[in-house]
Amino acid sequence: MQAKKVIGLIVAGVFIGVANGFFGGGGGMICVPALLLTGLSNKQAQATAILIMLPISIASAIVYYTNGFVDLDMLLYTAIGSVVGGVVGALLLKKLSNNILKYIFALVVMAAGIRMLI
Amino acid sequence: MVWWYLILAGLFGGLCGGMGMGGGTLLIPILTMFLGIDQHLAQGLNLLVFIPTGIIAVIIHMKNKLIDYKTFFIVVVPAIITAVCAALFVGRLKSEVLTICFGVFLLIISLFELYNAIKTTIQNKKKKQPRLKTTKLIHNINNKNYKSKIYKTKIF
Repeated sequence: MQAKKVIGLIVAGVFIGVANGFFGGGGGMICVPALLLTGLSNKQAQATAILIMLPISIASAIVYYTNGFVDLDMLLYTAIGSVVGGVVGALLLKKLSNNILKYIFALVVMAAGIRMLI
Repeated sequence: MVWWYLILAGLFGGLCGGMGMGGGTLLIPILTMFLGIDQHLAQGLNLLVFIPTGIIAVIIHMKNKLIDYKTFFIVVVPAIITAVCAALFVGRLKSEVLTICFGVFLLIISLFELYNAIKTTIQNKKKKQPRLKTTKLIHNINNKNYKSKIYKTKIF
């Protein structure tokens, strides 16, 4: 791998870590485009991004837990919903137009962002 | 807190995550805005919720040999260090301040995603435009008056 790519990936890693630790998520949104820039295919970038997010999320979660920012009762129910939703979403993906979903997603996230600022 | 609200929130977040759009990016605002959960707690919840889903996804991707381990090792080391530092720092922030920061983060992400979606739409439109291509079609080989003709056909 070229030195330029390695440096780029290290810089991306710094930002991904900050997003993950500071916001408790959203690192994947930085990770996938960064990996695409290094020449990985779409599927490879998404798969590798999930593996990257896993240990980072565990590390951040441990810090959140020790700071008392984890409610284990809530976790159980949300995790059940999330795992089921994740499987359904992955299956639905094949049937839906990806780009229209991207528009909807961008607008919903924008609305949520504005709502949080007001 | 009604338990099925949490399941619903998780379902929605998981659904987006499964479709490859940041699940946590939506789960956190759902938890704080609709269920009134504290920003720090929502973020902690999202981090932990990702772990089981992530493990399942990684196992599937490993079997399909889609993971680039070299890239993984290069990115993960600096990321873990900065994640722990950021998580430690967040513990000292007030929830209201963190909410505003998160709002700004969401706005940046949404603009970025919107830009990507528009770019893809433009690329798709370019691809869909019919190109005229000359093709040689051979007709009635058995016919004695056989002539090869040149047709212009639309290729989609």
